[in-house]
Amino acid sequence: MTKPSDTLYLYSDTANIMFFKPTPTTGQPLYLQLMQQIRHATETGVLQAGDQLPGIRTLAEELVVSPNTVAKAYCELEHDGVLELKQGSGAFVCANRRARSLAEQLPLARRRIRDLIERLRDDGLFDEEIRRAFEAELLYSAKIVKKR
Amino acid sequence: MTNEPVILTHCLTKSYGAAEAVRALNLSVERNRITAFLGRNGAGKSTTIKMLLGMIRPTSGSGTLLGNQITDAEENRELRKRVAYVAEDKPLYGYMTVEQTIRFARSFYPDWRSDVEKKLLHDYELPLRRKVKALSKGMRTKLALLLAFARRPDLLILDEPSEGLDPVGIELLLQTLVVQAADGVSVFFSSHQIAEVERVADSVCILEKGCLLVDASLDHLRQSYRRIDLVLPTLVGEGEFLIPGVQRIQADGFHMSVFATNNAEAVVERAHGLNAISVEVSPVGLRDIFLETVREN
Repeated sequence: MTKPSDTLYLYSDTANIMFFKPTPTTGQPLYLQLMQQIRHATETGVLQAGDQLPGIRTLAEELVVSPNTVAKAYCELEHDGVLELKQGSGAFVCANRRARSLAEQLPLARRRIRDLIERLRDDGLFDEEIRRAFEAELLYSAKIVKKR
Repeated sequence: MTNEPVILTHCLTKSYGAAEAVRALNLSVERNRITAFLGRNGAGKSTTIKMLLGMIRPTSGSGTLLGNQITDAEENRELRKRVAYVAEDKPLYGYMTVEQTIRFARSFYPDWRSDVEKKLLHDYELPLRRKVKALSKGMRTKLALLLAFARRPDLLILDEPSEGLDPVGIELLLQTLVVQAADGVSVFFSSHQIAEVERVADSVCILEKGCLLVDASLDHLRQSYRRIDLVLPTLVGEGEFLIPGVQRIQADGFHMSVFATNNAEAVVERAHGLNAISVEVSPVGLRDIFLETVREN
């Protein structure tokens, strides 16, 4: 059985961040959930440029997800310029200007969303209804953006 | 390494008298992936697996496992060196101890990995000196799994591997599965436990009454399968939502529920075009997809 001491050992030469197990029941592929976790960690500074992420096998075992899930997340993040994959030695966090500007934008975006949610709650909507409306609008606008 | 599927069947059929256990199955399982084989009890999962391994003869149709014809005795013998299999009933010799069983199995396989054997013995907490007949169901399953996992096959086929395991045992099993996959082993496992499938599988095949009803990647299921609940200002015919990707529509007055396997945005757009009062999009979990699929049939 994996004991906490084993986990520490596995992470000893890689970035020491806690990954959460992705939620299998939401309508979002697990690799996207993992990408968001890593992206979030780089935006908030938990992961710094040059930090090494755990190997695919290690992280798959830790999160109990298919290694293809981890590989796809790493690969997509490399494509987005968040990570750099070095053959044989693993995944490293890139210095990323967009990440830094996002770090400044995100608190503002959060505040705006919080205000909107408060207003909707005042109007008598339940959280679940707000969540679904958000999802529908995101889908709808994604379609319009695609059309442009 | 080629991209040829590790399992490929064409119209594979098995009848017992008038009863068809497996009907014209066209299965294609990709290399280097974890593929789950879902279905209710008696859906034909074990029959399919036994045909793949040459343990029972198909009534008609054909198939290959790692490129070898499943019905050819010579090719079958060859492929067994490269396939590890854990049977549903976990057959083991009751008079042997755990230690003897492992020593016995090890002698057959040149690909045996002693380091994995030691690790799993430790993880699974198996009592070395206990006789197999005195093992609990869960321990018996763990021993059968160890015998397969300690090898280094190209393809691992597991028939209901989590049977009899407690949650800790299931977690260990799934962990071992993903490590095997990371080592380059293609995994094909049957199950009716949605929760475990949902976490580790890359792809899922759903079998019902001997027919393959769903064969898709879980990423695709998560990303594309949606239920869209609408409240419309006027009575609208279901025909308005007959859009490619829409599988089923339930209408009840002004309320309409659309189940789409693809193209949910088009449904939302159509709803907006019809001035829908409310549009709610929710993901459809594997459990619901399974229940829908099985119910429809």
